[in-house]
Parts: sequence; structure tokens; C-alpha cells
Amino acid sequence: MNFPAELKYSKSHEWVKMIDDTTALVGITDFAQSELGDLVFINLPAEGDAVTKEESFCDVESVKAVSDVMSPVTGTVAEVNSELEDEPQKLNEAPYEAWIAKISDISDFEELLDAAAYEAFIQK
Amino acid sequence: MGSYVPNTMDQRKAMLDVIGVSSVDDLFESVPHEMLVGDGLKLPNGLSELEVRAKVTAMAERNRVYKTILRGAGAYRHFIPSVVKSVISREELVTAYTPYQAEISQGILQSIFEYQTMICMLTGMDVSNASVYDGGTAAAEAITMCKDRKRRKAYVSACANPDVIGVMKTYCFGSDTELEIIPEKDGRTDLEALKAMVGDDAACVYIQQPNYYGNVEEAAAIGEIVHAAGAKYVMGVNPIACAIMETPAACGADVAVGDGQPLGLDIAFGGPYLGFMAATKAMFRKLPGRIVGQTHDVEGNVGYVLTLTAREQHIRREKASSNICSNQALCAFATGVYMTAMGEEGLRQAATLSMSKAHYLAGELEKIGMKRLHDGEYFHEFVTACDKPEAVLKALDDQGILGGLPVEGGILWCVTELVTKEELDRAVAIIKEVG
Amino acid sequence: MKLIFEKGAPGQHLSLMPPCDVPVVTPKRPRTEPLPLPHVSETELTRHYTALAKRVHGVNDGFYPLGSCTMKYNPKINEDMAALPGFTQVHPLQPEETVQGCMEVYAEAERLLDEITGMDAMTFQPAAGAHGEFTGLLLIKAYHHHRGDTARTKIIVPDSAHGTNPASAVMAGFSVVNIPSAPDGCVDVEALKAAVGPDTAGLMLTNPNTVGIFDKNILEITRIVHEAGGLCYYDGANLNAVMGVVRPGDMGFDVIHLNLHKTFSTPHGGGGPGSGAVGCKEILRPFLPGPVVVKGESGYHFEKPEHSIGRVKDFYGNFTVVVKALTYILTLGKEGIPEAAKNAVLNANYMMKRLKEKYTMAYDEICMHEFVMCLEDLKEETGISAMDIAKGLLDNGIHPPTMYFPLIVHEALMIEPTETESKETLDEACDVFLKLWDLAHTNPQALHDAPVTTPVRRLDEVGAARNPVLRYTTE
Repeated sequence: MNFPAELKYSKSHEWVKMIDDTTALVGITDFAQSELGDLVFINLPAEGDAVTKEESFCDVESVKAVSDVMSPVTGTVAEVNSELEDEPQKLNEAPYEAWIAKISDISDFEELLDAAAYEAFIQK
Repeated sequence: MGSYVPNTMDQRKAMLDVIGVSSVDDLFESVPHEMLVGDGLKLPNGLSELEVRAKVTAMAERNRVYKTILRGAGAYRHFIPSVVKSVISREELVTAYTPYQAEISQGILQSIFEYQTMICMLTGMDVSNASVYDGGTAAAEAITMCKDRKRRKAYVSACANPDVIGVMKTYCFGSDTELEIIPEKDGRTDLEALKAMVGDDAACVYIQQPNYYGNVEEAAAIGEIVHAAGAKYVMGVNPIACAIMETPAACGADVAVGDGQPLGLDIAFGGPYLGFMAATKAMFRKLPGRIVGQTHDVEGNVGYVLTLTAREQHIRREKASSNICSNQALCAFATGVYMTAMGEEGLRQAATLSMSKAHYLAGELEKIGMKRLHDGEYFHEFVTACDKPEAVLKALDDQGILGGLPVEGGILWCVTELVTKEELDRAVAIIKEVG
Repeated sequence: MKLIFEKGAPGQHLSLMPPCDVPVVTPKRPRTEPLPLPHVSETELTRHYTALAKRVHGVNDGFYPLGSCTMKYNPKINEDMAALPGFTQVHPLQPEETVQGCMEVYAEAERLLDEITGMDAMTFQPAAGAHGEFTGLLLIKAYHHHRGDTARTKIIVPDSAHGTNPASAVMAGFSVVNIPSAPDGCVDVEALKAAVGPDTAGLMLTNPNTVGIFDKNILEITRIVHEAGGLCYYDGANLNAVMGVVRPGDMGFDVIHLNLHKTFSTPHGGGGPGSGAVGCKEILRPFLPGPVVVKGESGYHFEKPEHSIGRVKDFYGNFTVVVKALTYILTLGKEGIPEAAKNAVLNANYMMKRLKEKYTMAYDEICMHEFVMCLEDLKEETGISAMDIAKGLLDNGIHPPTMYFPLIVHEALMIEPTETESKETLDEACDVFLKLWDLAHTNPQALHDAPVTTPVRRLDEVGAARNPVLRYTTE
């Protein structure tokens, strides 16, 4: 399983890629996609939505389950990756390219882990 | 006593021995004893099949079956080809469960896929679900499809069927949704009032075509008003009328719903019927209930499955937009057989016959002084003024004819292809006698 | 198999409609799109649908131990009675004096089912179990609102509940408080005590619960909710275990729904029509959906209850389904009703005992009408999941049990044999289950490959959901 060093990770299995001090891309980790199985749909948030750290901001569907994706940050949805609506399989195939949302005006973070710490966390 | 328990006392004893208890009562040990029904329920003794047949048949005989029915108002007695009942009385179809085990349920799944296709053809819409309970609940579910965070309010035309409005009201009481009634003007939805009412909090507007009084609404014009306000347009339609009238899709509907009863289902004192729901492609994920999709198996054979199930209650639980599980599968099967049997020509003919005969009756009634209450176009129902509706209906009733439904201002009549010209002439003669 | 649209040829049709005997009238704004319905002969039509019927597994095709669904035998007399023209050819808006028989059906069904459930009044408008839940919860909402108690906005639901319970609660405008089950699968009484309060509108419960166990604390549970000012809702999905033995009304429930298509033998029709009759205690009667049938001096008439929540369905309900259920209740009667429940429980315990030889039970104690097996250890040992066993059953002519429910048991298979199966059938089914357990150890690949004898094999559900094809098109 792959955990790029330049990303930060949440304990609820999202990754965060900082673009500048208050803007970041958010997606789900390789571990998350493998646990969830083949994803068939994503209910994306709407641009302009306020998101709060450790609260659900969208959900992903497999054939048999629906799972919340938690926001690792508090801020505003600036952009969503609407390609995922037609090709949810990208979340499985390339989880670190398949960003879900770009969050701006970030005012708060949950405690994020670096790649090594996250890898250790999921092995527990 | 009648019983469908096959095991003999000896077999039951052998099973108890295997379990390791001495009596069946021991299996109910966890039920607090003070709660047990001691001396038995106050129920009649069980009956043999012969006795029960006599008893229930006697109840059926206490109902009046009219040879001629000139009443609709939401339930329409149309012709049902013999093949419909022959096919849907197949035991497999009657007794099967929901097709969760796709490999042994292809017959039901394929029938629903065909049903979905036919509903799309009939309404002109892109996507249909596998059906819901009835026309009223379909209309109520459509409101939920249209609501979003900003648009929370629903509007319904006063010219819709009052039962359907009633169901919508109850569902809105549940979801704490505001539901406003768009007033009627001369038997149709008041367009000016509608324009003034819908604002940027409007989620959707529901109208019925043809409406409760049988009148044809200016459906396309209403669609433009609704869309100009940014709301969704929900049309409740008569499926038979769809064969010859402008379709909901052509009128700009985002969601088309209705009761499928006219498509081969008995009037049966109000049910079971089915509610159909179809939508534009943009809204297909908002459809409630089951949907069947086409796929293939591991060997590449085409097959069908229940799909997009993560929208539904068994997966999404409290986050589901609807709690519905069942569709009216056997009723959907029946309507599929009906539409196949009728084909395009047959369905158009049923619609044209109904419309033409209704117009004939209206013309004949006018000749004896019973004028239509509203002007303009209508399909197979219409309202006439009537000074003494009770006397008119009683006179028809005495001759085995169920007359129209008394409504405010007169009588709501309905004619389908089942009624012949002779029957209509006879009805008019009887009414003329009343004077 | 081809779709009906791919059969026949333009011009083929049935001869059904006479020519028009009055002047023809057509719409001013006619349909402009084509209406490409099938064009087949009557022979082709009946063959097509017969072929579809053959690709369906009904109760008469073999054992159907689908937990929580009560797939009992559907008596044929029920169908005959529901097909009487005196029922099928009656318009719902006929004058009341011409439909006394239909109203008697509703009144009699209400009287008998009130007695069986310990309720005081009943509505037959709801068309299915979930519809009944929604209706029952609206009764609870209207009750609290009527008393001016609008702070009661929460419905408590155990985590073992059917998914419809929380979904119905939300549709009725409540928020859901999930409480965890105790280790024995029953309600955790301490968790319930902690959850109730002045915001509690009610509790939704199935008893016996979804793991097939009768909650022995039921009186304490309903008392806790009542003392907090809430009402108790009984999900009647599992009534078949206890009908005639113990009544929900005596357990302390205020409102219930019944699945007439489960407990009272009406067929499932491949997913409907059913009937989700809702019964309630006297305190909720004024709120029932209208109209209800009332017996007066000159026969039956319709009335709208004083504070009715309004209608939940057009007309009065799935009428002919109620005819079937009434026929069944009249057939079984006073002795037959408990007889059915007791044999349902006997059959379940017998199967459980036999299967325990190899399978692990989620809750290893006397069960009611159904029991849940946990295949987690089998999966760890052999890689064979609950799904694989289910698919193996298909090749043996048995409809699989309910899979992966309740959610609190991993790799769950939930088995409900019902009372209408013989010992011989149960023995044969047990032999198959045990044979498949062995096969999981000796040749797991055979089970991964199953089914192989069905009209199609395992279908690509992921592909179906990712690229939805939801209708036939000619392109």
C-alpha cells in the first residue's frame, strides 16, 4: 500500500495536500479505498459548503454500503472534482490523484499524521 | 380447524427430542409467564376450506357490481385482456420474494426492466423506478426528490385529485415541509396565481394532467412558469392519456408520476394499484425505491440486478431519503403484460375510445340540459351541472348503472372504452326521465 | 434471454379493441413522440412471460428460509377469495350501501387482528411494512403535538433494527438515537435508561428481535419509555413467532404495524403488493388515517377520525390483500393461530440444533422463529463467506437465508424456516447446509464458482452501479 510522504493523513483515513497555508486538497487514502471495496458513486459536497473538521462532508457508495468521508479541516469547499461522479472507480485506482474537494479559508485542522505515523496507525 | 402445518404429532415429538426439550411450551421459556395468552384468544374457531369459502363469498355478494360504470375520479375500469390475468397468476410470480438473489430471480428482474422501459416510453422520461405503492404516494415521494437545502417549499394545484393532495399533506406533515395549494380558476390551475406564488424557496410544483375534473391543463405553459422560478416541475399523469396526449417530457416535466391502475389492474375497491415514477436523467439518483439495471454475469451473459441500492433504507438507514422497500412488483408485472398486449395501436385506441365516448356523453347530456361546468378541452372525465344529483344517481343506480361522482357544483362523469354507445344512450334516457 | 422489445415484428398484435362507435375526438395537443411498445402476437406474448416466470423461484419451487421475511406457504383459497368479482369489480367510490361486503372485510379483519395483537383500533391504508412504520410514527408525532409536547423529537432505535426503522423515523420528522445491543442481542436496558428523556418521542422495537430472541426484559423496556413520556412502537415483522401466544399490546406497545404478507400468508408477489396494517391503543385512535370503517345501526360507514393525520394512501388500502389475510385468519381460527406460531418456533429450533453440529450460532440459545449463524470463523478458515454458502444453496434448489443482516453479526445468515415446512424438508435442507460446510473445507473453489445451475451466474453488480443501464433503447 502506498502513502506518499508529501501528504498528511487523518485517523479517519483521509489525505490532505496543502496548496498554501489556508488551502488544501482532500481525498481518501489507499487504505480507505481498499477497505471500502469497489466504489460505485460519490455524493460530492457543493461548492460553497462550509465544512467542519471531524464531521462528514460527503459520502461514498459501494454496492453494499455507504460510508461517510470526514473533513480533516474546517473551511469552505472551493472546488469539487466532478469527474468522480462519472468515474468513481478513480477513487479505487488512483486514490491520491482522485482528490474529492479543494477546501479554502481553512481555519482549523484535526491532528494530522505524517505518512510513517499513518502507516503505523493502520497496522495497529 | 384449518392448518397449514404439515408435521404430525409424532414428527413434532421427534424434533423436540433432537432439540432436547419435552414440549413446545419449553421453547417459550423466555416469555414472561404473566404475559402469555392463557385461555386463548377470543377468536372464532377455525374453519374448513368449504366453510371459509362460503363465509367470504357471502361478503363479496354483499357488494354491488355494476354492469355500467360512469365513475372514475382516480380509479378507472378499463378493458383488461385475458392474457394479463393468465400470466400473473403463475405461482412463481405470485409467491416469490423481492429479487435479492438475482441468479434465481431473473424473471422478475427482467420484467421490471421491461416495465421501467415502457414507463419511460409512455411518459417520454429518461428513467423510471420499479414502482411505488400508488399514485398518491408517488406524488408525495416526488416532493422529497425536489427539495434541497435552499428550496424547501412545495406547491400543488387545487385541481389535483383531493386524495392525492391528502397524501401529499400527510407526507409533508411528516417531513415538516410547507405545502401550498395553487388556486383553481374555472376548473383549471390558475396560472396568474401560480406566477405570483412561486419564489426562490420553491422546490417543486405539482399539477395533474388531465386534472381531477378531467380538464386538460396548459401543461407546457405551467412548466415554463415553474422553471422560470427555478423550481422542479412534477406532473401527475393518466397513463392511458399519455398514449395520445402531449407527454410530460414534452411539457417540460422533471418528474412524471401517476397511478398505473388503468394499465390492466382491477379497480378492486381501491387496491392494490401501483405508483409509477419517472424522471429526467439529471434526477435519476433522486428516485426513491428499487431500480433494476442491466449487467452481465461471469460468463458474459446478459442479466439484471437491483442496482443503485446504496440510496435505499437498508444501507443508508436514517440518511435515506425514503423508507420505501417494496415496489408493487406483481402489479408492475401486470402492467407490463398489459402494455405488451395492447401495443402502441391498442393503447392509442383505448385512449381515443375513452376520450371520444366521454365527449359523446357530454354532448348528449347537454342536449337534455346538463351543461358542462367548465369550458375547454377535456379527456375522458368532465363535470356537468346538476340540480338534483341524488335523484339522477338513484335513477341510474336502479337500472344497474353507477353514475358519476357528486362533486361541488355537479357531477364528475367518466367514460372508458368498456362502455358502449347503447349504454350511454340508455343512461341519458334514464336521466331525461328524472327531468 | 431476449427482451420483449426484441421479439415479434411490426404489425404483429392482439385483436382487442372494437372500432369506435361514436364520433372520434382527439387531443388538441397530441403526442408527437413515437410509442415503441412491443409488437408481438398472443402466442409470442404468453411464451415470453411464461419463460420469465420459469426464471423465478417461488415458495412452491422449494424451501425458502429467508429470515425476517416469513416465506410461508400461500394458501390457494386466499387467491380464489380475493379474485371474486364481488371484490375485484367494485369501484372504491361507490355509495356505502353498495359496498357493505368490502367494509365488512375491513371491519372483520380489524376485529380479529386487534384481538391477536392486543390493540384497540387498526387502519389498513398502509401498503407495506415501511409504509406502516411511517404511519405509526406519524401517530406518535400527532399525539405529542396534540398535547402541546413538541419537544419530543427523538426516536430510539436499537442497532439491530431493520433499516426501515431509522429511515421511517426521519421521514416522520424525527431524529434517530441509535442504542447498542447488549451482548445477548437484546436491548441494553442501561443504555436505554441513559437515552430516554424529555425529548423522547418513542422507541421502535422488534420482539422477538432481529436475532430471533424474545427480549425477556420487554415489560421493563416499555415501562422505561412510558415513564419518560414516550410511546412504544412494535415492528410486527416477527409476529409469526408469537401470534396467539403473547400479544404486543400486553408487552406494553402502543402502536404496531403488521406485515400481512409475512405473518398472515398473503403472497409477496416478487416484492409487493403487501399490506402494512397499523394497530394502536385507544389513546392513538383519534389520530388514525382516514377514512376508517365504523359499524352503525344501519350497517357500516366511513368516518374520518377526529384528529386524523390525514391519508397515507389513495382510497383505503391494498384491499384484496386484506381479503387474503382475512381468509387465512378465519381458516386458522382460535387454535390455528397459536399452532402456527408454535410450529414456526419448533421448526427453527430443530434446524438450529442440527446446524449447530458444524456452524457457529451468533447467539447459542433457544431461539424463536428464526436464528442467525455467524460464518466469520468459516471465512477465516476456508475463505468461504456467507455469500458463497448462499450461492451454493442456489445450486441445491434452496432459496438462501437473509445475508449480512442484522448488521451487528458479521458474515450473518439468518434462517427462518416457517411452520409450513415438514420435518422431511428441514432434514433435507440441513443436509445441504452441512454438505456445503464440508465443501468449504474440501473444495472451496467450487463454492466461489457457485451458482452454476442457475439461468445466469454471479452478476457484475459493481459494473451495473458504475454504468447504470436502466432501460432498453434501440441505439
